[in-house]
Amino acid sequence: MLRSSKGMLQVRNLHKSFGGFKAVNGANLEVADGEIVAVIGPNGAGKTTLFNLITGILSPDGGQVIFKGEDITGLPAHRTCKKGITRSFQVVNIFSRLTVFENVRIAVLSQQGKTFNLFTPSKRLVTDETASILKSVGLIKKKDSVCGALSHGDQKVLEIAIALGGKPQLLILDEPTAGMSPEETARCIDLIKALRNSMGLTILFCEHDMEIVFGIANRIMVMVRGATIIQGVCDEVRCNQAVQDAYLGGSDVCSV
Amino acid sequence: MGARKSIVALVIILAILAIAPLGLPRFYTYLIALIVTTGLLSTSLNFVLGFGGIYQFHHAVFYGAGAYGAAIMISKLGYSGWLGFVVGPLVAAALSFVIGLICVRLSKLYYGMLQISLGSLVWAIVYRWYGFTGGDDGIHGIPMPELVGSPLGAYYFTLIVGGLSLLVMHRILNSPFGSTLQGIRDNAVRSQAVGVNVRRHQLAAVVIAGFFGGVAGVLFVVVDNSVFPDMMFWTLSLEITIMALLGGWLTFLGPMLGAAVTVSLRTFVSGFTDYWTLILGILLVLVILFLPEGLLGYVFEVWKRRTSESAEE
Repeated sequence: MLRSSKGMLQVRNLHKSFGGFKAVNGANLEVADGEIVAVIGPNGAGKTTLFNLITGILSPDGGQVIFKGEDITGLPAHRTCKKGITRSFQVVNIFSRLTVFENVRIAVLSQQGKTFNLFTPSKRLVTDETASILKSVGLIKKKDSVCGALSHGDQKVLEIAIALGGKPQLLILDEPTAGMSPEETARCIDLIKALRNSMGLTILFCEHDMEIVFGIANRIMVMVRGATIIQGVCDEVRCNQAVQDAYLGGSDVCSV
Repeated sequence: MGARKSIVALVIILAILAIAPLGLPRFYTYLIALIVTTGLLSTSLNFVLGFGGIYQFHHAVFYGAGAYGAAIMISKLGYSGWLGFVVGPLVAAALSFVIGLICVRLSKLYYGMLQISLGSLVWAIVYRWYGFTGGDDGIHGIPMPELVGSPLGAYYFTLIVGGLSLLVMHRILNSPFGSTLQGIRDNAVRSQAVGVNVRRHQLAAVVIAGFFGGVAGVLFVVVDNSVFPDMMFWTLSLEITIMALLGGWLTFLGPMLGAAVTVSLRTFVSGFTDYWTLILGILLVLVILFLPEGLLGYVFEVWKRRTSESAEE
């Protein structure tokens, strides 16, 4: 039923090589408005490269990326962000010398096109917007901590908060719970659900923890060696023979 | 470190400098003016080096561009001094835009290498073009407007313009532009991912830094009434980089302190020995080994530790 609603993102036959290595080799993906889509696949399957291609951090060798009906293939990262796609990174990628608040503020200032304002002190701008984002992810109490000193789990949540600063329609999360403790993971899952349910965001993420994937994704896309082998609802993917052979280790998870 | 504390410190220092000529011989006011001029140059370099993470290896070329811009307007083209003072920094900013446009495509060391090459090219042109720039002789005895014609007038002009320039740069560094620039320094990829056009911001930063480098060049013309090609030779660029590192390249006033130390050292120690740079070298090694954040960075660190300790008690 979700498949029939209007499309937010389409990726068609995307390719990217590094030297002779085909990192992404025929990736296809559809994300409908308001759904949560997971990308799974073994290490080195090209999931992060795919996200880098969609967000414009890398530019593809072939294929197409369509966002809300517009061809955004090869658009640089700062432009895809302005179109409404923002992301978090797998390896924590934040402004380590700045405080939690300043980290998110940069994203908000950029989203509002204020980064060429030379003379108003930053302190007086976008404080409410920044504070409300920090409240929504539960980091408001730590807003004045220098973010290099945060716990790993908090840094991963800060990643999401920075991405929210860009006011996205499509939020891409690259292994949002990697390295988190079980409690932090549970909180992060609640957060992701809340982002979809109360803020209406469309979310694309990749993750190794199958419990999380099957727990929150509406649909799942499976990548192996750079290529999409299937995209479908959870049960379709779980029972697919090719997926079981390639990824789920051949065990009979279909009956779960 | 707190922006307010920096401003308070700046105001106190400026007040002391303002009354300094009443008690000090002329030689010392000349020395102070030279420190302010060189310190402004080093601060403008640090605007992109320390706060932007841009490896601007040949920043002195904009100092020279500002100075030559003013000198040529006044001595060769016969315009008034005031007009020359305005045109100088604009020439520096324009040159900075052109060099920046070419270099900003590259990152880190590659930026620095190309920038040093293009800067040296400008130096070579100035050095050879006798008819226009005076070649290796430079231009001397540049006539000054009456107000800044006396040593005292030149001193106060340097102090006021230097102080204003510092305030403007400080203000910019605390604006959204400044925050974004520091974000780019810390993490360019992340900045892009939040929608920042990294190259365009870097280019703007380089132009602003070039402009204030040019202002410093004009101040030198006011203090010394002359220009010469050494002002844009790469060794000066190295010197002002050392000043920034010595004083503390993550602090706003660090380069000014570094300039005060270096210029004083050169003035007083070179009277005793030709090897004054040896002392500077040893000092720099000591700072890098023991105070990696520079002299002022260390002072702030101790200060912060004390205030947090007293807060805990």
